Amino acid sequence: MPTPLTIKDYLFESRLFMRRTVALLVMAGLLTAALVARLVYLQVVAHEHFITLSDDNRIKILPLPPNRGLIYDRNGLLLADNLPSYRLEITAEQIHDMDAVLEALGRLITIRDVDRKRFDKLRRRTPVFKPVPLRFHLSDEEVARFAVNRHKFPGVDIVAGLSRHYPQGALAVHAIGYVGRIDERDLQRVDASSYSGTTHIGKVGIEKTYEKLLHGEVGYRQVETNAEGRVLRTLLRAAPVPGRNLYLTLDARLQSIAERAFGDKAGSAIAIDPDTGDVLAFVSQPVYDPNLFVNGIDADTYQALRKDDKQPLFNRALRGQYPPGSTLKPFVGLGGLEQGITSPHASTYCPGYYQLPGKERKYRDWKRWGHGTVDLTSAIAQSCDVYFYDLALSMGIDRLHSFLSLFGFGERTGIDISGELPGLLPSREWKRAARNQPWFPGETLITGIGQGFVLTTPVQLASATATLARYGHRVRPRIVSATQGPDEDGLTPQPEQTVLDIEIEDRHNWDVVIHAMREVVHGRHGTARKIGEGLPYEIAGKTGTAQVFGLKEEEKYDAEKLAEKLRDHSLFIAFAPVGKPRIAVAVIVENGGSGSAVAAPIARTIIDAYLRPQT
Amino acid sequence: MSSLLGGSREDASRRDWQHILHLDAVLLFWLLAVSVFGLFVLYSASGQDQDVLIRQLVRLAVAFGAMLVTAQLRPQWLARWTPWLYGAGIALLVAVLVVGDVGKGAQRWLNLGFVRFQPSEMMKLAVPMMVAWYLADKRLPPTGGRLLVAGTLIVVPVLLIARQPDLGTSLLIASSGFFVLFLAGLSWRLLGGLTLFAAAGAPILWHFMHDYQRQRVITFLDPEQDPLGAGYHIIQSKIAIGSGGVFGKGWLNGTQAHLEFLPERSTDFIFAVLGEEFGLAGILLLLLLYTFIIMRCLFIATQAQDTYSRLLAGSLAMTFFIYIIVNTGMVTGLLPVVGLPLPLVSYGGTSMVTLMAGFGILMSVQTHRKLLPT
Repeated sequence: MPTPLTIKDYLFESRLFMRRTVALLVMAGLLTAALVARLVYLQVVAHEHFITLSDDNRIKILPLPPNRGLIYDRNGLLLADNLPSYRLEITAEQIHDMDAVLEALGRLITIRDVDRKRFDKLRRRTPVFKPVPLRFHLSDEEVARFAVNRHKFPGVDIVAGLSRHYPQGALAVHAIGYVGRIDERDLQRVDASSYSGTTHIGKVGIEKTYEKLLHGEVGYRQVETNAEGRVLRTLLRAAPVPGRNLYLTLDARLQSIAERAFGDKAGSAIAIDPDTGDVLAFVSQPVYDPNLFVNGIDADTYQALRKDDKQPLFNRALRGQYPPGSTLKPFVGLGGLEQGITSPHASTYCPGYYQLPGKERKYRDWKRWGHGTVDLTSAIAQSCDVYFYDLALSMGIDRLHSFLSLFGFGERTGIDISGELPGLLPSREWKRAARNQPWFPGETLITGIGQGFVLTTPVQLASATATLARYGHRVRPRIVSATQGPDEDGLTPQPEQTVLDIEIEDRHNWDVVIHAMREVVHGRHGTARKIGEGLPYEIAGKTGTAQVFGLKEEEKYDAEKLAEKLRDHSLFIAFAPVGKPRIAVAVIVENGGSGSAVAAPIARTIIDAYLRPQT
Repeated sequence: MSSLLGGSREDASRRDWQHILHLDAVLLFWLLAVSVFGLFVLYSASGQDQDVLIRQLVRLAVAFGAMLVTAQLRPQWLARWTPWLYGAGIALLVAVLVVGDVGKGAQRWLNLGFVRFQPSEMMKLAVPMMVAWYLADKRLPPTGGRLLVAGTLIVVPVLLIARQPDLGTSLLIASSGFFVLFLAGLSWRLLGGLTLFAAAGAPILWHFMHDYQRQRVITFLDPEQDPLGAGYHIIQSKIAIGSGGVFGKGWLNGTQAHLEFLPERSTDFIFAVLGEEFGLAGILLLLLLYTFIIMRCLFIATQAQDTYSRLLAGSLAMTFFIYIIVNTGMVTGLLPVVGLPLPLVSYGGTSMVTLMAGFGILMSVQTHRKLLPT
């Protein structure tokens, strides 16, 4: 009954409120009645059923872990598989005196301190009715000894399972990674119920990145158990779905040749198919055996690995950030041409040093007496620093930064292995933000020869080289090319991730730079002419030598070590064959000395092994 | 008993302790009764852990303290500050989405340096207050544009909280706002239309749900589907309640709860422990205590002297009912698993303080009445 009154009708509102309150009470009453009806059903009608479930028959739901997917190289060679193994599990709920049981068990099987510690740790965060593993990888003898005495140990079981194994050992360990036992941190990033039967999870590398595909889906069986918790019969079974197999772009043969080419040197090499971004070899030296980590590495071995001077656990390919040195020059030169700052014929006189106008300081060329008059081609072939000081200064840091970014310098390539670092491509904004300082012209100079702030990772450098080889066609490096589910005959290719190609100003500019890189290997004065001898195809490359900065403060003085640690990093980038590139390579040898002497021969070995597999 | 239910007429001129402290003795009595009963259940559910009991006692003390403080605030004063409280709440909710801490996969907390704070808790009170404030000086029942404004006042915080994502709290806040509208006389025809609209909108909502929220809906429809994960709760809680029977297995004697149950037994699923150990009788007793609380609250609402107080009090009473029905419905397998505690019984804390502050408002409404010149 709407009224045209402007003041509120309090009596009407109060009655309205009353009516509405009654309506809500009726609704609440109905809902409560439904709840009570439900409770009567559960507690009176179906009471017997539930009391049976709760008391007599202990119905348990046991997870059935899925088999982890296997990993193959591009030719179907097995890199990671699953081997049968036995583990001993204890269900705390069924044990009255844990210490006594453990002591008795210790007489039958070996229980080390680490096993005991891990067991105690796991036990604290596992519900008492769930089994906790005490020992992994029981020997046949131990299995037999326990089987005979099993009746003395209610609540203790031997469980057959599969354990991850890497048949190729350390090969490509920094790409493949390894699995390890699930810890608390892992549980936070996965759905705990789908891992309820799983003991291991990918910790690093592809094993971690592709965890979701490799793991599969958990199954379960509903079982009836006796009072001791032993399974009497299975009531219901839902099979697990095994994880998917992965096929890598890696070529195990090439990988092995590349790793051996390093000898005992530390460093990294990445080989990429420039058409697809397929990573053909992923080297980070030295390596370690992933099998050590699968069931818990012992403390001494782990400490030895950690304290090793050469840091075998460090993934140099993804996380090593090195100054690119002279390997940056072809990119800087190309930038000069494409931005119209220089031309292929413009030349510079190199007296062996360079001075900023009006400044005293001399920026030295690596060749003290200078290269004389050089154009872009000879400046790249002979790696003249002065030419690039001059060009970098003309370009300025802003244009240098914008052009080099096109190749992906200073950002992650997005390769499908987690943990990649972005390197650093300095700019005015970066320096303002990171150091709160303006940019100085001298810093532009040294950026032009790949020194100073600029840092690249081996993966980034290889990716940029591939982009150069393909005239600006960019691809995202990838290491998994296809997957295969259980019961699938064929392979499912991984979707390709496209990156925006670089817009080319003049294709001729790229010809000039690629020709200059060819001269590095095949020219009379090329810095890497040694590796060009007797080649049936042509390589375009560029040497680099990156200065290592002084010792860190905490490091102790040690004459022998110091000498090696102070040596320059040796770099080489290359692609081949010139004209129709099939492989692009970046090699970095830590403290290797000059690029031509150490890194270039490794690059040639890799390229040779790929282009001429029969030799 | 009838005097405890609150049939007697209050005399505002009487300066007894209720009016000095601004407390409603009847409501206070039933709240304390539920709390004490709850402590018994919790002691058993926690595996007779005295630390848990002590921590819960401290929380109860803080919560009743919050009630005491809120009860001192005059409804007129509350009304004046309502828009500010609501505005600040919205700002904090936006802040939480931008800079909030992530706990258990959801962004709910705002770190103020010295204390972590959940703005959605504050909105449980601010939203019904705001809607009541907005409608209080308008002619009722609200129609047209006013309904639209009121609806927006509810929907905005609800969506912000659902995005955190916190399904339980956004549901509570939506219903608290809705109750204000309904009590203000929202037309039945419109209500029917909205229901149809909601039915049509469900598929769209599904589209925007997080995976874990969808999982809960699926698990509700077919708990057996995920017996290792979410479904395990429901299966086990049904067994616990069902095996309790009419009189239960006795205090501290629940086998199901102590052997096979999951960690939530002292928090969201504590109702199952009650059902197993005290049986249907114990559950009915608790439900009766809850009913007394709700009846007393609705009585206070009908006695309120202005529209703002009346709408707010009614909404708070009904929101308390929603708490209970959603939690018990969840534990008995009637409703989806929405993370709401059983009020005053479940272990744990922040929501209890808000809840008791709400009862403080009700007490304030009851004890700040003026004598009307009749």
